[in-house]
Amino acid sequence: MTLVALRGVGKTFSNGTEALRGVDLALGAGEFVSLLGPSGCGKSTALRLIAGLAEPSAGRVEWARRERLGFVFQEPTLMPWRTVLGNVRLPLQVAGIGKSEAAARAEAALAQVGLAGFEASYPRQLSGGMKMRVAIARALVTGPNLLLLDEPFAALDEITRLRLNEDLLGLWASSGLTVAFVTHSVYESVFLSTRILVMAPRPGRIVADIALPEAGPRDEAYRTSAPYNEACRTVSAALKAAMS
Amino acid sequence: MSRAARFLLPTLVGLLFLLGWEILVRANDIPPYLLPGPMAIARAMVEDWPNLWASLLVTLGVTFAALAAAVIGGGGLALIFAQSRWIEASLFPYAIILQVTPIIAIAPLILIYVRDGFLALLICAWIVAFFPVLSNTTLGLRAADHGLLDLMRLAGARRWQILWYLRLPAAMPYFLAGVRIAGGLSLIGAVVAEFTAGTATAGSGLAYRILESGYRLDIPKMYAALALLSVAGIAIYAALALVSWLVLRRWHESEVRQEL
Ligand SMILES: Nc1ncnc2c1ncn2[C@@H]1O[C@H](COP(=O)(O)OP(=O)(O)OP(=O)(O)O)[C@@H](O)[C@H]1O
Ligand SMILES: [Mg+2]
Repeated sequence: MTLVALRGVGKTFSNGTEALRGVDLALGAGEFVSLLGPSGCGKSTALRLIAGLAEPSAGRVEWARRERLGFVFQEPTLMPWRTVLGNVRLPLQVAGIGKSEAAARAEAALAQVGLAGFEASYPRQLSGGMKMRVAIARALVTGPNLLLLDEPFAALDEITRLRLNEDLLGLWASSGLTVAFVTHSVYESVFLSTRILVMAPRPGRIVADIALPEAGPRDEAYRTSAPYNEACRTVSAALKAAMS
Repeated sequence: MSRAARFLLPTLVGLLFLLGWEILVRANDIPPYLLPGPMAIARAMVEDWPNLWASLLVTLGVTFAALAAAVIGGGGLALIFAQSRWIEASLFPYAIILQVTPIIAIAPLILIYVRDGFLALLICAWIVAFFPVLSNTTLGLRAADHGLLDLMRLAGARRWQILWYLRLPAAMPYFLAGVRIAGGLSLIGAVVAEFTAGTATAGSGLAYRILESGYRLDIPKMYAALALLSVAGIAIYAALALVSWLVLRRWHESEVRQEL
């Protein structure tokens, strides 16, 4: 079942930059879809269009029904004046959910991302990776069925990034979420996704749609397996073709 | 630098300065009607204390009323400006005109039109003090992070929720910085207005005491009144800095000590 689809979507900004042209894209329920492409090819723009944070200048964004969205930005984007718990609770507060219920749900979301015990800390007291986890917890707290992530781990070190990748996969596998994930990294996209959309710049468009067959559990062993390497080769080739 | 040093060093400099002053006056036998020494000024302060204290209360009354009006008026106007660029574009130039016209030049007119002495002084001091609150808060309300604004929109936040949960807290450091400036300016405004009013108003603030002592060539009392004004200014500044620290200490870079 398709949750949301972009149909012939184009986006031209008021300064004349054509960020996207003729983008067709459908996210099916339960998929983990990566948008992969070089900097400036319109990945963030596509994600913002899906989220309704920007309006397409051509084409349509079609929803099968109203979905609950979770969005994780490229930066953690936390409120420095709120504690970790306060930040995660915010979407519930805005929705008018009572204080004690909101706190309980926020605590559960924090436990889900491995941050139990840091509820009372302020964002400035956390490391970059921990801030990103808070942002993910905040996106999860409303119980979304579609999670949009815009290069959430781009600014993190390799070790933290790998761990957060695995945590994210675990979340996805256990919850039946649909995920759209923006990244620069071939390896990250292959490790995580069930499908990879390769994008090319100027104007931004989708040039390849690569489905990754289910090849056993995605764990440490998968990173060195033959199907993984094969997929990396395919995706790299598609990306190279897109850049030239 | 340690907190103690920050406090002790200027105190030491001040004491040395007073000591040098006293020695200079005594060594050269300078008469008090030219330059009184610190001891003579202290004596004047003690002798005229009831009189000076009453005047201080009058001046502080105007100052605090003006500061409160500046906080409410400046902050309130900024909130209105934040609702619409049209309102802001229409009114902001007039706020600037009020700000750039020297209060000394407007005060005589205000004193003519406003019969109530206290109110006239209050208006003068308010004109001087409200602008930093207004301009800082206006800037702060607009300074909210765009990512956080997107986040609020995604969460389906209404206008008032965006204001309450995002714009107001984001503006708080700017607002408090404005209030800190307004505190000093309220005192300045009150004193300038009192000078302009002279004996015209019933009240008799510290500025009036300075004028009066000047006519009588009571120079030590002039200095005593001046010293009281300085102390009042420092106390107001310190109190507002404390308020700012209490509000921001948990999260804002300006009040959070970086641990090395
Ligand atoms: N608000 C805007 N106004 C004008 N042009 C914009 C705006 N936002 C993005 N663009 C342009 O649209 C193009 C696509 O931008 P976008 O942010 O979607 O790229 P991206 O693929 O996410 O890049 P990166 O990987 O570096 O984040 C770029 O050329 C950019 O300059
Ligand atoms: Mg981007």
